Amino acid sequence: MGLWFMEGNHAMALGAVHAGCRFFAAYPITPASSLLSSMLQLLPPAGGIVVQAEDEIASIGYCLGASMSGMKVMTATSGPGISLYSENISFAIAGEIPIVIVNVMRQGPSTGAATLGADGDIQFMRWGSSGGLPVIVLAPTDIRDCFALTVHAFNLAERFRCPVFLASNKEIGTTRETVDLNALPKPEVVWRTLHTSGTFLPFAVKEGRDVPEFLPIGGPIPVRQTSSTHGPDGFITNSPREIQAGVERLKRKIESQVESFAFHDFHAVPRARTLLVTYGVTSRAARVALGKLHCTDARPVSLLVLKTLWPVPEQVLLEASRTVDRVLVVEMNLGQYVDEVRRVLCGKRVDFYGRMDGRLITPGEIVEELCRGDSA
Amino acid sequence: MATLLDPRRPPAFCPGCAHERCLHALDRALVQLGLSAGDVVVVSDIGCSGLMDTFFATHAFHGLHGRALTYAAGIKLARPHLHVIVTMGDGGVGIGGAHFLEACRRNLNLSLLILNNFNFGMTGGQFSCTTPPDASTASGFLQGLEKPLDICAVAAAAGAPFVARSTVYQRGLSQLLSDAIAFPGFSVVDIWGPCTGRYAKRNPMRPEDLEEKMAQLPTFRGPIPGNRRPEYGGQYRALSGKKPPMGPTQFCIETDFFPAVDDRREVILAGAAGNRIISAGTLLAHGAVAAGMHVTQKNDHHITVMKGPSVSEIIISPVPVGFTGVECPDAILAVAQEGVLRTEALLGKLLPTARIIAARDLSLPPVSAHTLKVDFSAHGIRRSERALAAVALLARTGDPITVEMLRAAIARTLQGKALEESLNLLARTETISLAP
Ligand code: SF4
Repeated sequence: MGLWFMEGNHAMALGAVHAGCRFFAAYPITPASSLLSSMLQLLPPAGGIVVQAEDEIASIGYCLGASMSGMKVMTATSGPGISLYSENISFAIAGEIPIVIVNVMRQGPSTGAATLGADGDIQFMRWGSSGGLPVIVLAPTDIRDCFALTVHAFNLAERFRCPVFLASNKEIGTTRETVDLNALPKPEVVWRTLHTSGTFLPFAVKEGRDVPEFLPIGGPIPVRQTSSTHGPDGFITNSPREIQAGVERLKRKIESQVESFAFHDFHAVPRARTLLVTYGVTSRAARVALGKLHCTDARPVSLLVLKTLWPVPEQVLLEASRTVDRVLVVEMNLGQYVDEVRRVLCGKRVDFYGRMDGRLITPGEIVEELCRGDSA
Repeated sequence: MATLLDPRRPPAFCPGCAHERCLHALDRALVQLGLSAGDVVVVSDIGCSGLMDTFFATHAFHGLHGRALTYAAGIKLARPHLHVIVTMGDGGVGIGGAHFLEACRRNLNLSLLILNNFNFGMTGGQFSCTTPPDASTASGFLQGLEKPLDICAVAAAAGAPFVARSTVYQRGLSQLLSDAIAFPGFSVVDIWGPCTGRYAKRNPMRPEDLEEKMAQLPTFRGPIPGNRRPEYGGQYRALSGKKPPMGPTQFCIETDFFPAVDDRREVILAGAAGNRIISAGTLLAHGAVAAGMHVTQKNDHHITVMKGPSVSEIIISPVPVGFTGVECPDAILAVAQEGVLRTEALLGKLLPTARIIAARDLSLPPVSAHTLKVDFSAHGIRRSERALAAVALLARTGDPITVEMLRAAIARTLQGKALEESLNLLARTETISLAP
């Protein structure tokens, strides 16, 4: 009987190993560096590979090569590193290469404040690659999520053959926390679907499917991978029809399935007229804020904690806000995800509260913001 | 004739393009080595040289400009038995300079063919990192301002164990390529030839012109004896197999105590680099975890590790910690002025029931909390011991952990000299009076 005491970053490393990750490459950057140390402890004894890359472009590049060779791969960085990942993120989208990308966010913009937390890259992760096609972004709130969502991230990367981000934060990644590893839910592990019969074309999809079957580079059947716009055979295509069908499939394969992986916690409170929407470490302050609120005679408030941020789980948002007339979105930035909430809940009153000064948003501030709205 | 070229995809280079000669030389080399399509991957990047992979029937990986070596390294580490051929232009060497240097230093068994035609052919004939200053290019006078890169000299200086230079016209090219591929380590072949579409029209590029220019540079014919060393992948596998696996109980703390408190406690350790704030905070945290408490520890230190403030915030709670921020600390242990400055806002908010343990030489703002000033030096406690000494004094109050819990945490976490010194420190703090 006991408890484990470790950083969120280490719990992610454990989640990755549980999910079957055996290749990790990264360039040191605060506050993600301890993931590199953790993976160095865990992977080599398990027969896995850890590479300390010469820069962030290379760290994701190594991962893409290894993923196409059949390994489950992960890389980890912070905002400035995501900037350098950009060209290879669009490659992973185009080439349908499974990869998990951890972004332990720090206060920005630019090199910003390395040792302060923020959630300033929420739109950047979605849109920071050429072509504008969708990616998946999951946001942990605590050390338990660091483990479980990492396993889910690998499962989704395998299932959809796409990049999946873990939107962590200095406040989650480098905060040490107790957790009972034995009691943690351990999601079942998924592997990419292999091609088993018939002629192999690297980007062909079977009838009724949106994700191509996989064969590794290095196996007996030659495999083509390319960042260029290609047809099912992996060769450059100039046919507008084929190009359009390809990019529409890349969009559809993820967006049409979001309801099947819309991770969230919804605390519905009877007669609530306000819905508080948040994610990441801020959701912990939000839970405490609601507890404080229940002790007063303030009007009841429901809470929606989103753990799948992209694609936007629109049905979840619509359903959770159905009976309220005010929504408050709280984020550790100057207002990013609130734009998505406004888009989805078009016409409803959606307020925002946030800061990006490197400090956690407190329960007290959220209570104040909820009460302010009540009197408005 | 045996070939690994894809018969359905004939080469599509401009007539006379050096890349086509290179393509056939590479094909002959692969055939000569007896390799089949499944044994080989051709990794390429952007530019006309980036078409190379499309003409082979082998595995192929085509990615972003200058990054081919990174993809290739990932593939080779994952599939050690695969022959990994990387083709890049001179442009790829320029934009991927860091990867080129790293590949030379690392010595993973990749074969890099640089199809060097002294310009960016595909984008209109602009100068590259190898363009001679007297050349005529689409970049006007700009290339005249820069010194061209001697790829082979750089590769050798960076540690590549096999470096060779050739023109596409030299008879032994396919043999040279087969030597490079067979070489058990990183090999670089700088292959000179004309870009007929863009560059050769305005610059002399006949075989004899190339030979003449090449003769002005040092000769590289393959192995560099001084750079010969074990290959990276093999070394990695040999060393990684020796690492003991981490057990599932790593970071697990057994519950050995009953909790000393039954409510949430917030403790701040505030000092400067060198006070070993974070280690002391960790021991406090471990002490509480061993009593089955839920704990968070949030550390904040200056980005330069050995200077500036260092703060550790510990929250101890009978239920999982919700909000991880400290808003109303139950105790502040202040051991250096830098830490006092960093926690000034919280010091002002302390409740009268809160406790401050502070080094005597610090100046604190006026506070209503219960304050104990300690003359650490008088008790022979060094700067590096102050934080743990303050934790020990807090433990003597029995809230939020006891001295026994701290002692057990020290015994479990530390070894050797550190263990001995910490237990000794614990004993020395027992003589310090807790009376304010
Ligand atoms: S533009 Fe130059 S490099 Fe490109 S195919 Fe033509 S000759 Fe070859």
